[in-house]
Amino acid sequence: MRPILLKGHERALTQIRYNREGDLIFSVSKDQQICVWFSHNGERLGTYRGHQGAIWTVDVDPTTTMIASGSADNTIRLWDVKTGRLLKTWDFPTAIKRVEFNEDGTKLVAVTEKRMGHLGTIVVLNINPDVNAEQSDEKALVIVCEESKATVAGWSYLSKYIIAGHEDGSISQYDAKTGDLLLNIPIHELNNPITDLQWSADRTYFITASKDKTAKLITAKDLEVLKTYTADTPLNSATITAKKDFVILGGGQAAMEVTTTAVRQGKFEARFYHKIFEDEIGRVRGHFGPLNTVAADPTGKGYASGGEDGYVRVHHFDKGYFDFMYEVERERANKLAQQAAQAQAAAAPATAKA
Amino acid sequence: MAPSFDHLREEDLDEEDIDMDEVDISDLREKYEVQLEQGYDTFVVIDGLPAVSEEQKPKLIKFLLKKLNTVGKTREDMIYMPMGDDGMSLRFAFVEYSSPAEASAAVRQLDYVPLDKKHTLRVNKLTDIDRYGREGRISEEFVPPKIEPFQEKEHLRWFMADPADRGRDQFVMYRGDTVGVFWNNEKDQPENIVDRQHWTETFVQWSPLGTYLTSVHAQGVQLWGGASWSRLRRFPHPFVNLVAFSPGEKYLVTWSNRPIQIPDSGHPVLTLDDDGKNYIIWDIETARPLRSFAQQDIHPEEHGPKKGPPKFPWPVFKWSADDKYVARLNQGTSISIYELPKMNLLDKQAVKIEGVMDFEWAPATVQREGVKTYEQLFCFWTPEIGNNPARVGLMSIPSKQIVRTLNLFSVSDVKMHWQSEGTYLCVKVDRHSKSKKSQATTLEIFRVKEKGVPVEVVDTIKDTVINFAWEPKGDRFVIITTPEPVGATAVPPKTSVSFFCPELKKGNQVGSFKHLRTLEKKNHNAIYWSPKGRFVVIATVHNTQSSDLEFWDLDFDGEKPENEKDLAACLQLMGTGDHYGITDVEWDPSGRYVATWASAWKHTMENGYHLYDFKGELLREEHIEKFKQWQWRPRPPTLLTKEEQKQIRKNLREYSRIFEQEDAERISSADVAVVEARRRLLNEWYAWREAIEKEVAEERAALGLPADPAAELLKRKIAEVAPDAQEQVIEEIMEEVLEETEEIVN
Repeated sequence: MRPILLKGHERALTQIRYNREGDLIFSVSKDQQICVWFSHNGERLGTYRGHQGAIWTVDVDPTTTMIASGSADNTIRLWDVKTGRLLKTWDFPTAIKRVEFNEDGTKLVAVTEKRMGHLGTIVVLNINPDVNAEQSDEKALVIVCEESKATVAGWSYLSKYIIAGHEDGSISQYDAKTGDLLLNIPIHELNNPITDLQWSADRTYFITASKDKTAKLITAKDLEVLKTYTADTPLNSATITAKKDFVILGGGQAAMEVTTTAVRQGKFEARFYHKIFEDEIGRVRGHFGPLNTVAADPTGKGYASGGEDGYVRVHHFDKGYFDFMYEVERERANKLAQQAAQAQAAAAPATAKA
Repeated sequence: MAPSFDHLREEDLDEEDIDMDEVDISDLREKYEVQLEQGYDTFVVIDGLPAVSEEQKPKLIKFLLKKLNTVGKTREDMIYMPMGDDGMSLRFAFVEYSSPAEASAAVRQLDYVPLDKKHTLRVNKLTDIDRYGREGRISEEFVPPKIEPFQEKEHLRWFMADPADRGRDQFVMYRGDTVGVFWNNEKDQPENIVDRQHWTETFVQWSPLGTYLTSVHAQGVQLWGGASWSRLRRFPHPFVNLVAFSPGEKYLVTWSNRPIQIPDSGHPVLTLDDDGKNYIIWDIETARPLRSFAQQDIHPEEHGPKKGPPKFPWPVFKWSADDKYVARLNQGTSISIYELPKMNLLDKQAVKIEGVMDFEWAPATVQREGVKTYEQLFCFWTPEIGNNPARVGLMSIPSKQIVRTLNLFSVSDVKMHWQSEGTYLCVKVDRHSKSKKSQATTLEIFRVKEKGVPVEVVDTIKDTVINFAWEPKGDRFVIITTPEPVGATAVPPKTSVSFFCPELKKGNQVGSFKHLRTLEKKNHNAIYWSPKGRFVVIATVHNTQSSDLEFWDLDFDGEKPENEKDLAACLQLMGTGDHYGITDVEWDPSGRYVATWASAWKHTMENGYHLYDFKGELLREEHIEKFKQWQWRPRPPTLLTKEEQKQIRKNLREYSRIFEQEDAERISSADVAVVEARRRLLNEWYAWREAIEKEVAEERAALGLPADPAAELLKRKIAEVAPDAQEQVIEEIMEEVLEETEEIVN
């Protein structure tokens, strides 16, 4: 599994997103640039210029028509993927830490920073999926986080809930229509901020990463913790792989302490865990700074990691990865294959008759 | 600056110590001491004297005076021995000393001292007799002491019986603030026996036979044990720093670098006599202090400049193998040997050895050839003084006879290493040439058990020996040498590891020691022998660059190289390991496993432990935040006789078959359990997925949304981009230059 090294950013990566088809990678970094890359060969397709501050977050809509980005210049910007044209700028009093489209690309949720007397908020904007249409200035919904500021947020299945992770380690579930707080559960250790929240394909469950060195798999419906993955280093990011039942965690000691220790000690590795059994399966080395973000290809062919070192490493999985199976998984797969064969055998005479 | 009480240094304070016995300062004391208490404080009452007639009385007094004057100053006319009506003495006497200090010294040192075979002196202060023995304080009637009914106590050696019947060993782990004791489960998670937060404040330590677990607190030391891990003993030594047990677990030495301060309100266990002392020797059975000692000044190095801060040698009090004697070095002058349990100085004086630098007890009671009497041995060395050569000596206790001495020249340093059974003593002598420029090391090996204690010299070593270790219960040893003098260099110099063993000889004789093999250009700096001998781990510890381990077998069952045919060893490397940041290595008491760990006390990089088997196969590794300490629980010596052990070794094959079968069964059942658990997890997961998928689909249908929102969107988009809905195939032709050659064509 030889990685492709994407050297387009000059500063630490903050977020990486694949589009739905898995052929494009969008990456943002503190160097005020958004880059888009071909995932299969690492060629840079282009950049989106305009932000005046470090960019914290990016997301692409389900049809790869538009991307939204949030930055420390206190704006959310909407871009046309194809042309790189800036479609819309929304101004806020503080920095934007996270943006995410809902499943049909009609809404955007954003998390604003708590700073300069402004409380942290979660904002919902209505998006017109038409590239040429005028976007509304109106905020559809504003949720103010009075207790502990939100660090990450996202849409559940059916755009029913907004799930947010907080600085104090708790997870909240809001009604996406009214903004009412439905649940708030202290899931991670107290005062260990939640650093990432990424969804399963159908948005019924998600994975959180936290500075408390654990990642957790949680249901969207009632915030029940399904699985816990324990690492030996603070985590910055976690993602769920498609096709195979794995999760990938990324982290490493805090960036400010990096210079004082050896690479060996920094634990700058992407860690693979089995999603269901919670066992650690393997690690991928390469970065020489902590991993700030990991993203899995939605088609299950690979993953990309972005580090404090300014590089994106894109990995395409080998055959061994796809062949790897626990005994019980193989058992189940064989059983399913057998059942399918039987069903087919049962169906075949029927069609023959017809 | 004028001396004043405020900045009086601890070291300047006069110490009450054994030296008092030798230094006569009573004249000074008489002259300068401030007499605060005038009264009966200078009087003592002596009981237990024989009844004598008026004629015999002066004789007895004269005899008594000899004893009395050893601790203070008194005269014939200061002893009053009352006579009874029948003309015989009443078997007691009043004695006046010249100062209260002497009187209390007499009480401390002369009480229970035998006068002759029949009579033992009892010495008390007159004021005490007055205080405790006053009328009314003592009941006229004898009340028999109440004897508490016998209470069954927990068996302190319960840990020898593994509940799983596998003969596993226990170990203690100290990580974070938590101390836990575990059964070793090889590859599997160790089985926790007890886990307590804040069990200790600084470190934990097993007693030498594994009976007690010691925890160290600011208030003192506590011992824990039994199956319930209850507190068994407390030794309240405030601000204790270090602890050492006697080899038989009978006594305990505690040390604090802060002198003890007895508060005015008193201390529950310690008395005013212990004030200002640093060491306390305790009786473990009763948890009472036996005697306390003050710290001796560390003598500044007389030769050469001072190197770094003074190191506190530990242990200061060294125990003989049978717990009967404990000794302390008075550097340069003598060795003080105390007899247990009374803690009196052996023959009332320290053993004077001029210039003595160090001493070491034999770790076992040695039966020398041709010696019938019971003895304990220790070795010591003295440097060159003037024209006298340096000397290494072997002394027998209690006779204090020097059994053997060896004279040496051009000596810069000497280290003494006993073999675990006391069979051999290896004296490592660092010599310098006349110009003191070059260094060389020789090993002088005393064969203690052989007649006349012959000494053999191994002098083929050119480099500095930085480490030496005997094979326990064996006759082979390993040394590590380094060519450059060990100094403050960025990269530690390369080292060589050399194995030595005796030549093969007929019968039970042990041939002379020969060099077996040397491994060059290594980084190793530590040697860890299996407690059962034969296997040895050579490690690189406390090194940031390398951290490798090598597991060697000295009795390998295979072909020997030709040139080693006549040597009593067959060397084979069995395995290697690498444990980054390793700080410590320890074999389990059975010699089956080796634990290595990186302690947070030394650094904070990848703290945790590794567990290897004796042949170097890594069984388990675990990273634990703030991992501090690992210690295997020692085992008491086996109860089996030599014959029984031999029998077991003979039938080993049979036993191992049973054990292997048991192991196989256990592993397969554990595997089954794991697979079962995984199957359950997998089924639970898919059951949940099915339920949630169904639920979401229903909800979607109820809302009138498409089943797959993205697919729907995509379809719409395709319709928008390419209305004729024809799928297009875009081909891209890539050209890649594989090779370029340039040719010049004429």
